[in-house]
Amino acid sequence: MVRVFIPGDTTACALGANEVAAEILRQAQQRGLEVEVIRNGSRGAFWLEPLLEIDSDHGRLAFGQVSVDDVFELFEAGFPRPCEHETYLGKVADIEWLERQDRLTFARAGLTDPTSLEDYKKHGGYKGLKQALKMSPAEIVDEVTRSGLRGRGGAAFPTGIKWNTVLNTPADQKYVAANADEGDSGTFADRLLMEADPYQLIEGMTICAMAVGASQGYIYLRSEYPKALMILEQAINTAREANLLGDDIGASGRDFDIEVRVGAGAYICGEETSMLESLEGKRGLVRFKPPLPAIEGLFGKPTVVNNVLTLGAVSTVLAEGASHYEDYGCGRSRGTLTVQLAGNIRRGGLVEIPFGTSLRTLVEDFGGGTASGRPARAIQVGGPLGAYLPASQWDTPLDYESMSEVGAMLGHGGVVVFDDSVDMLEQARFAMEFCALESCGKCTPCRIGSVRGVELLDKIGIGDERSANMDLLEELCETLDGGSLCAMGGLTPMPVRSAVKYFPEDFERGLEDL
Amino acid sequence: MRVNCLNSLTTVLDFKNLYMNPSTGNHATVVTRAVEKYAETPGGLLPLLHEIQASLGYIPKTSVPMIASGMGLSRAEVHGVISFYHDFHDEPRGETTIHLCRAEACQAMGSRLLEKHVKSRLGVDFGGTTKDGRYTLEPVYCLGNCACSPSIRIGDDVHARVDADRFDQLLDMD
Repeated sequence: MVRVFIPGDTTACALGANEVAAEILRQAQQRGLEVEVIRNGSRGAFWLEPLLEIDSDHGRLAFGQVSVDDVFELFEAGFPRPCEHETYLGKVADIEWLERQDRLTFARAGLTDPTSLEDYKKHGGYKGLKQALKMSPAEIVDEVTRSGLRGRGGAAFPTGIKWNTVLNTPADQKYVAANADEGDSGTFADRLLMEADPYQLIEGMTICAMAVGASQGYIYLRSEYPKALMILEQAINTAREANLLGDDIGASGRDFDIEVRVGAGAYICGEETSMLESLEGKRGLVRFKPPLPAIEGLFGKPTVVNNVLTLGAVSTVLAEGASHYEDYGCGRSRGTLTVQLAGNIRRGGLVEIPFGTSLRTLVEDFGGGTASGRPARAIQVGGPLGAYLPASQWDTPLDYESMSEVGAMLGHGGVVVFDDSVDMLEQARFAMEFCALESCGKCTPCRIGSVRGVELLDKIGIGDERSANMDLLEELCETLDGGSLCAMGGLTPMPVRSAVKYFPEDFERGLEDL
Repeated sequence: MRVNCLNSLTTVLDFKNLYMNPSTGNHATVVTRAVEKYAETPGGLLPLLHEIQASLGYIPKTSVPMIASGMGLSRAEVHGVISFYHDFHDEPRGETTIHLCRAEACQAMGSRLLEKHVKSRLGVDFGGTTKDGRYTLEPVYCLGNCACSPSIRIGDDVHARVDADRFDQLLDMD
């Protein structure tokens, strides 16, 4: 029996992986060949999807960008044995794009069958929890603190400090809430982790529960990810059957279970307090802080709210030790950064590398330039609330502090490339429009300011009192920045201001028409 | 009977009748069952609304009092939640929802052009349902498929690198 791996994740399927899988089974049957098709997770090299793999004596071999029409030819050439074909890429381990990465969190992505617990354990899974169960809660928290791990959702708050607060807040009930409301455009790392290696999130949450004394966990998953939901549900059930969730986990005397809650299309619910409101079944209105969720969170109880990648990384920290994780990175940004190359890019996908690599290296070396072949002009880093950076800033190292020095942020690691056909006034206008659409409405600067921002940019676009309106736009940005309750209104000025600062020529059109 | 299948004008009219009288027949059963299932679930309103919408295709306005009393909430609270979230709808919808991504990664790959084409091909704006009742078009802000933009979602299936021709092809195959 020959094993053929065909990724079952959203992007691979969006590029025809299901059809390819069906055709392979059909061709194999016609030829009387015994083939086992395994729907593995994607390795994140999305530009190569559908990326087929087969077992060989020299490790897994790859065939890239395989279409349904290739399948007949492949079988004619000798598939599923190693064979000559234009889609043949050689050994997976030798694909430079993957080989150059430092995969810690995404080490198993693409390698394993995501729903197989056996596969997960065979590749180092649950080693972290095993360690954690031998430790006291304070020791686990200390290990996470020493690793230097900071929240991967965008705010980069030290994870150990957050956990410590929850640990030291006495309560009859505590919660772990995984923020899987990955709404930023240009990001898909949480999705890939959940679709390719769901047990890692489950293990990370369980370790967190052991550390802070929580007995119930929630994964707040956005409704835009139906495949992740299916895979998570299956993995949670399997973990429960194996006594890795539920009562008396691994005979430790400790209980912990996880429920997946599906969001309902509100971007703001990625903000932690809005997410808690939504988990409580309410409108996703942002809460005032303090009290911090670590002290009064879900249903008023101490709650750890962490991003999917943060919780995933915890499994590695516990399995390999804090110092192993801390060895990667630079300055106060420790461990690895998962960058998502997106938008107008030739070789898009997930790149996991140590902090400190430059944007230029990523976009030119990994990304291979734009998909359109035209010169890149602007790169938006960190989602819809992140800055647009021009070529002069692309040598900035990607770490939390360096990005902040140039008025940008790393956020959740989304990197969206635009070629020279981009109109930056239109992009600035969209930032305001998006804020108006997605504002929870609780605070005035965000709710009203964003609407005024769209109007101002429309006026600037037709050259109506340009100079006065540009001044007004800056004042409006100041108000949003300083007066908003959360990052939605507070950071909307970032893409707007960066567009104005670095691409002023796009805001001057219309002048000649006057 | 699955009432989220709109095939003809007659069905639309039937739909309206049902919509006017949700306490009769199927609607009431679906709502009652969902309320029973989630009444004891902490923060159970969102999963409850998802379940009703999955069964009926929308959340009838007249089901609000039933949901409110069953969940121990005010009608205003229930209405507030339905109206807050983009996913929940209190009007009947097309058989399949097409979500077109309008976010930045897709913009960088020409989604603004695609948007024009999709709207003209379907003959509807965002939020609109095609005359034959088959499709409702909605904007979405990211499907997490940003390395292979532009993306659209038809039902639960995401499609990558969609241009005007590819969209027409997908529609013809559907």
